[in-house]
Amino acid sequence: MYIDKFPVKGRFNGFGGQFVPETLMPALEELEKAYLKLKKNEKFRQKLDRYLREYAGRPTPLYFAERLSEHAGMKVYLKREDLLMTGAHKLNNTLGQALLAKHMGKTRVIAETGAGQHGVATATVAAMLGLKCDIYMGTVDMERQRLNVFRMRLLGARVIPVKSGTRTLKDAVNEALRDWTANVKTTHYLLGSVVGPHPYPMMVRDFQRVIGKETKEQIIKAEGRLPDAIIACVGGGSNAIGIFYDFLDDPVELFGIEAEGRGLKTCMHAAPLCAGSEGVLHGSHTYVMQDKFGQILPTHSISAGLDYPGVGPEHALMKLRGRVRYDSVTDEEAIEAFKLLSETEGILPALESAHAIAYLKKMPRKFRDRLIVINLSGRGDKDVEVAAKATGVEM
Amino acid sequence: MSRIAAKFEELRRKNEGALIAFVTAGDPTISATPKIAKTLEDAGADIIELGLPFSDPIADGPTIQAAAERALKSDMNTDAYFATIKKIRKTVKVPLVCLTYFNLVLKRGVGRFMKDCRESGIDGVIIPDLPVEEAKEVIEKADDNNVDVILLAAPTTTEERMKRILDSTRGFVYLVSLLGVTGARKKLSRTVRDMINLAKKSAKKNVPTAVGFGISSSKHVREVIESGADGAIVGSAIVDIIAKNIVNEKKMLRDMHNFVAKLKDATRT
Repeated sequence: MYIDKFPVKGRFNGFGGQFVPETLMPALEELEKAYLKLKKNEKFRQKLDRYLREYAGRPTPLYFAERLSEHAGMKVYLKREDLLMTGAHKLNNTLGQALLAKHMGKTRVIAETGAGQHGVATATVAAMLGLKCDIYMGTVDMERQRLNVFRMRLLGARVIPVKSGTRTLKDAVNEALRDWTANVKTTHYLLGSVVGPHPYPMMVRDFQRVIGKETKEQIIKAEGRLPDAIIACVGGGSNAIGIFYDFLDDPVELFGIEAEGRGLKTCMHAAPLCAGSEGVLHGSHTYVMQDKFGQILPTHSISAGLDYPGVGPEHALMKLRGRVRYDSVTDEEAIEAFKLLSETEGILPALESAHAIAYLKKMPRKFRDRLIVINLSGRGDKDVEVAAKATGVEM
Repeated sequence: MSRIAAKFEELRRKNEGALIAFVTAGDPTISATPKIAKTLEDAGADIIELGLPFSDPIADGPTIQAAAERALKSDMNTDAYFATIKKIRKTVKVPLVCLTYFNLVLKRGVGRFMKDCRESGIDGVIIPDLPVEEAKEVIEKADDNNVDVILLAAPTTTEERMKRILDSTRGFVYLVSLLGVTGARKKLSRTVRDMINLAKKSAKKNVPTAVGFGISSSKHVREVIESGADGAIVGSAIVDIIAKNIVNEKKMLRDMHNFVAKLKDATRT
């Protein structure tokens, strides 16, 4: 049995840990203590529930995608996190952490963002709760996710361009960690995925678990039984863990889909679980993409949100235990799925989520006519420009 | 007694503070590093820290990030690093300390990394993303090879944590002078004196203290030593001299010599 067993002392067996400068250690201790205390506080839970319901729009629907099902030869339900306020699952976590930060007396939040979804979700709650907000974003991502940059600014956040390293999500995390080191007394680092040092992988998972909890109730209500499989895309892995977690002890097969970019045999991908090795990045022992000396390698994915060389340590453990099957789909397959869902269901998926949709085609044969749930983690309005470019359309 | 401990002992007898100089190995080129190390020693550096560059140096500010990028572009890697150290050891006598991030140690294998340290002539290692909680195996394997694992303490470090850090550190304790990343600062942080006092008060045995981060002038070095520290660590200000003179190695070494000699003077209070 798996649920609530990990982490133990900040570890998912050998994975996880706290590989950060000493300056941050007392802050991580303080954060863990505050979180564990607040987690048991009934008033806090009610408050968070109320925001999730009345502000964010939970529960999100579980939608039977009839035409997609016909096309795929499987009975496919979509968990509609794309309908959550701000357009992705990220808000579940930012609401939880921002309330926690406020409770801890912090006046400022900072965050990293890749696709901009976490940045927007952070800027949103910061505006609502009256917190100062700075978002770090690589300049490559700022270019390909321009719409979200503007959204964050509209919400009153400062978007700080990151020009170091590969100028993507990884470097935005580096800069956010550096900022936090300098401003740790007043600032909460609102990390957006199940990565980073303990307690983040645990805390972000807990805030995202709501996806799986709802899905379980909804599918039982709709079908009278559990699904045969669940598919979710994996960058850092927060939407995947969110939907997987409450099914971990059930006979449900779980598929985590990484970004294969231009192919695992090229160096142009972002699939550390499928093609990386064990290492330490951003405070956590996990799977990373690295060279033989341990230098972190540049990544590539058409989806900015998956374009990251590491992955949550709990995913590393589930890979090792074989509880989740990790596989990958290419940029091209993701674009195809982006079009497929648009044309069959009238839903534009985020390019991240399109990776999960694309996997339908690659599902093992035994799943023919079986019951599948896909976590549609975000909506694709932000990706229209990138999709146009990828399909050779001039805008 | 380790070479680092012996150095602090020697300086204590002479009533001097230690000047610890940092540069990134391979910056601007692999072939320049032995000359730079020799210059630092000749100018009076008591201990030399040689950074093994990592792609994602989260504890470093822009100056040392840029140095790491230059070094990685010059093909510096872990193999080249230890080969360079061997070369440096032929002429340089002062203790050498490797500063790097944990992933590079883990990837090589902690045991093998420490053995390479010993065999190439590295006396100590500083791993800024390895807090005391995660350091147990590293310290054991370093001890087996007579390599000192130098732990860091920060302005946020509580008394309880300071005790654990002092119990586990080897050679000296690295006091991070400010909240933030490495990089030259105009003024010395006000927390320095408090940290030195806390470290002195909390130590069960004599653990030398050295203050780093933001120390960029003779004035800072003097203040640090007068505040009771046993050493001052200067990094970004020296790396700046490299960055400004990439095309003129002669001038780089001359400017570095003059600057470091002045810093060393400031440790003789």
